[in-house]
Amino acid sequence: MNHVANPTGIGASVKRVEDLRFVRGKGRYTDDIRLHGETHAYIIRSPHAHAKIAKIDTSRAAAAAGVVMVITAADLAKLGGLPCGWLIHSKDGSPMKEPKHPVLAEGKVRHVGDSVAVVVAETLAAARDAAELIEVDYEPLPAVIDMSKAAAGPALHEASPNNQCFDWHIGDEAAVKDAFAKAAHVTKLELINNRLAPNAIEPRAYIADFIQATGETTLYTSNQNPHVIRLLAGAFVFQMPEHKLRVIAPDVGGGFGSKIYHYAEEAIVIWAAGQIGRPVRWTSDRSEAFISDAQGRDHKTVVELALDKDGKFIGLRADTLANVGAYLSTFASVVPTILHATLLAGNYTTPAIYCNVKAIFTNTVPVDAYRGAGRPEATYLLERVIDLAAIETKRDPAELRRINFIAPSQFPYQTPVALQYDTGNYGRTLDMALAAAKYKDFPTRRAEAKARGKLRGIGIANYIEACGIAPSAVAGALGGRAGGYESGAIRVNPTGSVTVMTGSHSHGQGHETTFAQIVSDKLGIPFDQVDVVHGDTARTPFGMGTYGSRSIAVGGSALIKAMDKIIAKGKQIAAHLLEVSDQDVVFENGAFTVAGTDRKKTIGEVAFQAYVPHNFPHDKLEPGLEEQAFYDPKNFTFPAGTYICEVEIDPDTGVTKVVDFTAADDFGRIINPMIVEGQVQGGLAQGIGQALLEHCIYGADGQLLTGSFMDYAMPRADDLPMFKISTTDTPTPCTHNPLGVKGCGEAGAIGSPVALINAVVNALSEFGVKHIDMPATPQAVWRAIQTAKSKT
Amino acid sequence: MPTVSLTVNGKAANATVEGRTLLVQVLRETLKLTGTHVGCDTSQCGACVVHVDGKPVKSCTVLALQADGCAVTSIEGLSQGADLHPMQQAFRDCHGLQCGFCTPGMIMTAVDIAKRHPEADEATIRRELEGNLCRCTGYANIVKAVQTGAAAMRQG
Ligand code: FES
Ligand code: FES
Repeated sequence: MNHVANPTGIGASVKRVEDLRFVRGKGRYTDDIRLHGETHAYIIRSPHAHAKIAKIDTSRAAAAAGVVMVITAADLAKLGGLPCGWLIHSKDGSPMKEPKHPVLAEGKVRHVGDSVAVVVAETLAAARDAAELIEVDYEPLPAVIDMSKAAAGPALHEASPNNQCFDWHIGDEAAVKDAFAKAAHVTKLELINNRLAPNAIEPRAYIADFIQATGETTLYTSNQNPHVIRLLAGAFVFQMPEHKLRVIAPDVGGGFGSKIYHYAEEAIVIWAAGQIGRPVRWTSDRSEAFISDAQGRDHKTVVELALDKDGKFIGLRADTLANVGAYLSTFASVVPTILHATLLAGNYTTPAIYCNVKAIFTNTVPVDAYRGAGRPEATYLLERVIDLAAIETKRDPAELRRINFIAPSQFPYQTPVALQYDTGNYGRTLDMALAAAKYKDFPTRRAEAKARGKLRGIGIANYIEACGIAPSAVAGALGGRAGGYESGAIRVNPTGSVTVMTGSHSHGQGHETTFAQIVSDKLGIPFDQVDVVHGDTARTPFGMGTYGSRSIAVGGSALIKAMDKIIAKGKQIAAHLLEVSDQDVVFENGAFTVAGTDRKKTIGEVAFQAYVPHNFPHDKLEPGLEEQAFYDPKNFTFPAGTYICEVEIDPDTGVTKVVDFTAADDFGRIINPMIVEGQVQGGLAQGIGQALLEHCIYGADGQLLTGSFMDYAMPRADDLPMFKISTTDTPTPCTHNPLGVKGCGEAGAIGSPVALINAVVNALSEFGVKHIDMPATPQAVWRAIQTAKSKT
Repeated sequence: MPTVSLTVNGKAANATVEGRTLLVQVLRETLKLTGTHVGCDTSQCGACVVHVDGKPVKSCTVLALQADGCAVTSIEGLSQGADLHPMQQAFRDCHGLQCGFCTPGMIMTAVDIAKRHPEADEATIRRELEGNLCRCTGYANIVKAVQTGAAAMRQG
């Protein structure tokens, strides 16, 4: 499958093009851009989780040295709220509560960090100094923090008196009830999925530049999807013509979901730049990021699994409370519903599944997609309850999973929760992982650890995810307010080099390399003759951007479509030049050849004729060799795999060390194995971080207690092991996109937290510990041991 | 306002600063050396690491005035001309970076690790990277890059 012929084509671990600037410090991130005459915005944020704003006095700040303007909600009366991109309906048919998310707080603040006022000044220091002079009179209200008590109020939004955004469900409740009535065994588990801070190392940054003469605004933004931002800002917040707004997302220092959304600060700089006719810039500091970047996860779930006497899963029921925070962020509503509950079949044949999700407003930072987005939550609850069922029914956790797998012969497989999996081979990745992890020899390692006074545990998890978001018609039917296609344009330049313009965006994924590989592979031209342009609405066709592991599956497929058009046109030009009929021309290895002969024209020669069309079939073709395509996927893609984690716990301190981690993934066809492995490694680190270290904790008063890198434990180099990753073996290519690719960006973060917790519980099995919530900090583990001991 | 005099990447540089101005601000804003990044405000992430008189420092935690008279090397000064420094090359060869934002600080730290521990093992490198956060790579390839770069520097 891997082309040996082209060392920079599909399947080759080509070194990354983008690294040449990054390792020299020559990247161009938003905060690196300096514009002539620019001003600096500083945001005054709420210190209260929930309060009425009685009065704001900005007069002293406005008069302070260096201040250009001060902005409050009163100035923004004409602006719309920040929109939510997905409409969910409750089970009674009513639409979700969608209260306005104002750019600046209107009469009330709803979370610590809510934006209240803005100072724009000649320097950042002047803006900060002036901000001290703004007087805000707050009348504090009780904070709603605990989801299970949210109904008692007070209400955050008038539109939602009980603080519930929606009460949604999926699946056949009656069938599940029947299954549980028939079950030989029922396993029940209550768990949380801990709230996380995405913490891309580049803080969010925005610069807006308004050109009076043309009425055009340019927004530089650290964002994953510039066209979407242009649409949301232009059509919803500003009601300005889209063509008057250009959005540029230059080099972006990591996103992980948190840079998908349209944030208040983007609207603020756009508005302010328009008012003062000078560029306005804003860069978050880390403390602000903790209280203003959308956070992830935060579910509370009760899950029950029904098994028959042979251990077959016959029913699954999950009841989830999902925290959406104080306002609905751009994709807040789709994450705990469509991206979560539809994955509850996992890799298994469970015939009856029902899931109820209640989304709750609380006085916390908005919650939205974070690497995996709903799928880690689904994988966590499913693979936890299966592990517990294995303990309760005394079955090997690997074998219990295996007997419930969807068999390769059952594809395409329709799950009871809406998705149709096109292909997969779950036994294969399970076998690969068990072999690589030396699962059979684990008892020896456990005994050896025991002799050293350590508790060793092993944990298995399978995962499946729905990527390649999304078939537009399906997204629309499910409440999506946008399309799910991606765009790509291929320009073969007159001298034969190629410019690729994509609607996808790279913020660490390496598209400048992998997209060039796809083009080099198909057009047979040297990799270094291909340039990939992304991240600028003025230079790329309208595209949906990068999230949900969609870029190669959807954006890459768009490039294939565009190249098919190039080749089709090139054949006609070549046929004309070679004086044969179109059907006689084949395209291979970068040349149009008369079949069965050595008469040919290279793609460069054809391109030259296309732009200097002296000898050209003008009767049927236009000059030029540039084609554009939009690819709308036919289905989601379904990467899947098996992760095995091995831990050692010091029973005296509760410190858990990850001593081994094995990942066996089926991503379909792989473009660049080196990059894919890197994506898995990064995802694993985030998943292990979630399971072991990370947790956004709010006090009862709504203060974020983990608001800096001093308090929020990010995974560091010495928290992690080397990983064993087998991704290059690709058992089942995707059946419905032209590349056979499935996507690999999120898998690591989806499958790893539960593998780790399963391993911790396994290590603690001698104490009868059945479950431990994430993160398994030393304190939590030590407590679990002590509690278990005191019970026996 | 006071002036600081520095030698930055081998060139003399002067800047007028406030008492509160940080070294990283002089580098990024006055000297336009934007390769040195800022990722936090609690001296935790290491995106801002530069060498001051040959020692790695977090330039977000040093006042510009404290560096008066010092020689500063930032990521831009690590290699001259077309060739990459062996550590820069190793980061690329080992895929030790993804978004690239932590990378300048990582590389400046890595060069220092390699100088102090030319034959560092994995555990030492992981411990030595304690002050540098990367959210993208999971560190595995960074560790490999530091080892590879250190070996290349030894042969230098
Ligand atoms: S910017 Fe984070 S340590 Fe300096
Ligand atoms: S490469 Fe993105 S933070 Fe390290």
